Amino acid sequence: MPAVVAENIVKRYGKKKDIVEALHGISFQAEQGELFGIIGPDGAGKTSLFRILTTLLLPDGGHATVDGLDVVKDFKQIRNRVGYMPGKFSLYQDLTVAENMEFFATIFNTSIDENYDLVKDIYSQIEPFKDRRAGKLSGGMKQKLALSCALIHRPSILFLDEPTTGVDSVSRKEFWEMLRKLKQQGITILVSTPYMDEASLCDRVALVQSGKLLSVDTPAGVRAAFGKPLLAVRAEKMLPLLNDLKGSGAVADAYPFGEYHHAVMRGNHDITELRQYLEQKGHQQVEIKAVEPDIEDCFMDLMKN
Amino acid sequence: MSQNIAIQAEGLTKRFGDFTAVDGISFEVQKGEIFGFLGANGAGKTTAMRMLCGLSIPTGGKATVAGFDVYRQTEQIKRNIGYMSQKFSLYEDLTVKENIRFYAGIYGKSDAFIKEKTAFLLKELHMESEGSKLVKSLPLGWKQKLAFSVAIFHEPGIVFLDEPTGGVDPVTRREFWNMIYQAAANGITVFVTTHYMDEAEYCNRVSIMVDGRIDALDTPRELKRSLQAASMDEVFLKLARKATRNAD
Repeated sequence: MPAVVAENIVKRYGKKKDIVEALHGISFQAEQGELFGIIGPDGAGKTSLFRILTTLLLPDGGHATVDGLDVVKDFKQIRNRVGYMPGKFSLYQDLTVAENMEFFATIFNTSIDENYDLVKDIYSQIEPFKDRRAGKLSGGMKQKLALSCALIHRPSILFLDEPTTGVDSVSRKEFWEMLRKLKQQGITILVSTPYMDEASLCDRVALVQSGKLLSVDTPAGVRAAFGKPLLAVRAEKMLPLLNDLKGSGAVADAYPFGEYHHAVMRGNHDITELRQYLEQKGHQQVEIKAVEPDIEDCFMDLMKN
Repeated sequence: MSQNIAIQAEGLTKRFGDFTAVDGISFEVQKGEIFGFLGANGAGKTTAMRMLCGLSIPTGGKATVAGFDVYRQTEQIKRNIGYMSQKFSLYEDLTVKENIRFYAGIYGKSDAFIKEKTAFLLKELHMESEGSKLVKSLPLGWKQKLAFSVAIFHEPGIVFLDEPTGGVDPVTRREFWNMIYQAAANGITVFVTTHYMDEAEYCNRVSIMVDGRIDALDTPRELKRSLQAASMDEVFLKLARKATRNAD
């Protein structure tokens, strides 16, 4: 049985004339024990989807199951089995670290001691501050407390809504390391993120944009489906280089990509010809190499087509 | 100090009690430069930026922004800079035009100036038919591009951008950087923070704050060379991992 099944989920907000459709029929499955990423920018519908799957919001169409249970009919059972960490810090700011933990353990009829082994790696990092109020914690510590509270009832599925948004890249790497360890303990994890580079840390990803799924696959599968030759190009003057790349008949699309520009090539391209073309345009120190597409290349390609 | 310098800081410091948030930072930003201001959460970026924007008085050192002193001339600083952040930019319950009029009015621009420039701006953004729509009805990417345009509407010499592209889709993120390039080409100095390391590559120079100090400041190319790193992400990791203090 898959951990999560979503079939044609639709969600609309607003009334009459002012209706916004946030989810336009989302379908996917996440398997037991999988680390599944929902990757997409703000406004893609990630939070609506998570709130439907955690039974906090009713869908307007389609249906979904979590651990084989229906998100509408069996909401009470689902709530006992899932852990949910919302994007916004939602613990009690006026309770201490330990009080928050006890509170969440108690409402799930368990205790910190009973499931300590599961949260130990994460909770032990903030335990020295257990008498501090949650509102007084640093951003990183709040995140660890929120994750500990979401885990304390030993959920079978963990939903993490944008846990790394606005977090620097060092802390992001540490957070993904924690997720990897949790996965080893057999917990299914659904995590959403706007950072495309985090896709490669997931077993499978769903790329979402404006309430629609662009692709559901392994990161390698997403990249393999790109299916077009891609070049990384660099020269002394990067801004004119971009314009000249866009002006070349051999180039289907060109955009900045870190220290290089990426050029998506039309069928039969020739690196030597492109180099000659750019040098004729007056570019110096032209460097061209074939590269494998990144998830971000794929995302943009899927968005545009 | 020359006329070509937009921002100059020397030993700029901010202490809160016995905690030193910004610990004697010194740097210069040239006019028309795109200056990336990087650092881990809690490194002191926001505190430093608040001082440079005239919102927080330093406890030590000195700095000028657009030629004005950060201790005595904070009002002049505010008039001569633009500011935009991911978190706060535009009023959702005002229309596009109302937002422009509101911000331009705060900066004392005339009705004629506002009218003429609004028409030009909406055309540039391909938003002519959106002028009377509420900002909350716009897609995020449009909002961010509009917010940037509003931040430089009064034609400031310097614009401060605090994580302007957080959560924005990759296509819009690039369109946004294209606007930054255009602003810089028009002589506006751009001071920008970001968590996207590919964007650090788009800056002329980048500084990296660690524990309240600037640990590195150079062009992306030179930073990669001197730290023997393949990418800016690696540069950032090498420096930021040395941090001993806890995130904000």
